[in-house]
Amino acid sequence: MIEVRGLTKRYGDKVAVNDLSFAVEPGKVTGFLGPNGAGKTTTMRCILGLDYPDAGTITVGGKRYADLAYPMREVGALIDAKAVHGGRSAYNHLLCLAQTNNLPKRRVDEVLELVGLSAVARKRAKGFSLGMSQRLGIAATMLGDPKVVMFDEPVNGLDPEGILWIRNFMKSLAAEGRTVFVSSHLMSEMEHTADHLIVVGKGKMIAASSMSEFIARSSGTAIRVKTPSPDSLVLAIAAEGGEATTEKDGTLLVRGMAAETVGDIAFEKGIRLHELAAVRASLEEAFMELTGDSVEYRAEVPAVAGRGV
Amino acid sequence: MAPGLPPASGKAGFAGAVRSEWTKIRSVRSTYWTLIALVLISIGLGAAISAGAAGELIAHPGDKAGFDPTQVSLFAFFELGQLVIAVLGAMVITSEYSTGMIRTSLSVQPRRGTVLAAKAVVFGAVAAVVSVVVSFVAFFLGQALFASTGIGATLSEPGVLRAVAGSAVVVALVAMFSFGLGAIFRHTAATITTAIGIMFVLPIIVHIMPDSWQHNIIHWLPSSAGEVLTTTVGPPPPYHFSPWAQLAVTVAWVAAALVAGTILFRKRDA
Repeated sequence: MIEVRGLTKRYGDKVAVNDLSFAVEPGKVTGFLGPNGAGKTTTMRCILGLDYPDAGTITVGGKRYADLAYPMREVGALIDAKAVHGGRSAYNHLLCLAQTNNLPKRRVDEVLELVGLSAVARKRAKGFSLGMSQRLGIAATMLGDPKVVMFDEPVNGLDPEGILWIRNFMKSLAAEGRTVFVSSHLMSEMEHTADHLIVVGKGKMIAASSMSEFIARSSGTAIRVKTPSPDSLVLAIAAEGGEATTEKDGTLLVRGMAAETVGDIAFEKGIRLHELAAVRASLEEAFMELTGDSVEYRAEVPAVAGRGV
Repeated sequence: MAPGLPPASGKAGFAGAVRSEWTKIRSVRSTYWTLIALVLISIGLGAAISAGAAGELIAHPGDKAGFDPTQVSLFAFFELGQLVIAVLGAMVITSEYSTGMIRTSLSVQPRRGTVLAAKAVVFGAVAAVVSVVVSFVAFFLGQALFASTGIGATLSEPGVLRAVAGSAVVVALVAMFSFGLGAIFRHTAATITTAIGIMFVLPIIVHIMPDSWQHNIIHWLPSSAGEVLTTTVGPPPPYHFSPWAQLAVTVAWVAAALVAGTILFRKRDA
């Protein structure tokens, strides 16, 4: 369990994190989302004591990180897979970490086996591909068999097999009752992995809810209706407390009521329906909608883009 | 998932940190390259210098009067060897920053004082052991090369043991000075440049100052201990403190660098 209360961190006059409060609970995968520069990495660094907050408190398992007897048994974190001395072998890298927390040497072999790097244990880290470095970082997080696992962009550089492996790995960690906190930009992956979401933008909390709630609240989640009598249906739906908007091609998007209700209303009013389908917003759509104002560094979108912005 | 860890007892502390730092220092090639360079310069070049000096003495026996066989045999070691070991001292800490490893090191052990102390102890031990061995080997090899001239020193002569052991101590201190600077600057080139600047350039600057200034400043430099300790023949260099006092001056510089380095290491964002 990670508890962050009132976290504020400034770098010079830039406020990276602004009075942020949230809790990350065990037994589920919590996704930490936000545009670039939103303060996700800063928050994670503050949790690990790498950066010192200007205000606020953070506890892990009820204690300050620096007060934990064996930090590696409580928290395993992968913030940057390249934060390794290239001249050192994978084995020695993991060994020197394990020794700081009095972990037995056999743990090094065990975690290498876990991530599939046993064959290259004695190879120097500088020769590793990005994917191998990522797996080495994951191996390091598991050395202490921690209760809390934190990953910052874990799927970076992994091939599809690796991405699937990580997804299942994180889910299994959560199923074991551990706390899994993962920040990522890969929306399509997050959608399949996370159960709970914490969304930040410009250093502030934007949303904290379950995945299903987050998507349900998005305007992209609606009932799509095709009917030869759109105007009558719009009125009928409004009368029942729903909200219907008309798309360019004449299709209606109904929000605030279930598909069955729309069907029943149409039936009662004698309105013919040609299509009635539930449209679920993707996490990406829901996210973009919510954080549109909070993007710090926005690039120009070329005119040839597939979807409108 | 994991075949269970032994139950936790105690905490992640100094002993584990020392084991970890020993693994770190012995598992990178740069450690070995630097130590090999130290040996080649201190002993190899040292022997060449001694042999050359021996040859000169045989050709010009009149020079024997003021010749200091101890100092000559140790010259390469304490003048140049200290540079080499300073590089290792800097890298022990600056390479963690340049590779980003520092973030990993400090996240597994957030008690930063423990991390830095363990690094200092492990590196200090390596520097001390290597310096002592190299210093004695350079001395004995030099004296063997001087045998043909009839002028050779033995450890029982006045000042000789102090010179050999003292130069080892000074070189180890310079190594720790560089380590402290590394914690301050976090950057290999800046650290080594500063170490060289203080140990080599500062004395040169002082020597071109007007005499009255020189006489008051020279004994406050960390480099002065080496000169005083290794002089076994003739008068000690003028305007310097006695050997122990001069050594204390160097120790003070090292202490200052280590204290400043510790404060910054603990306070700054990683």
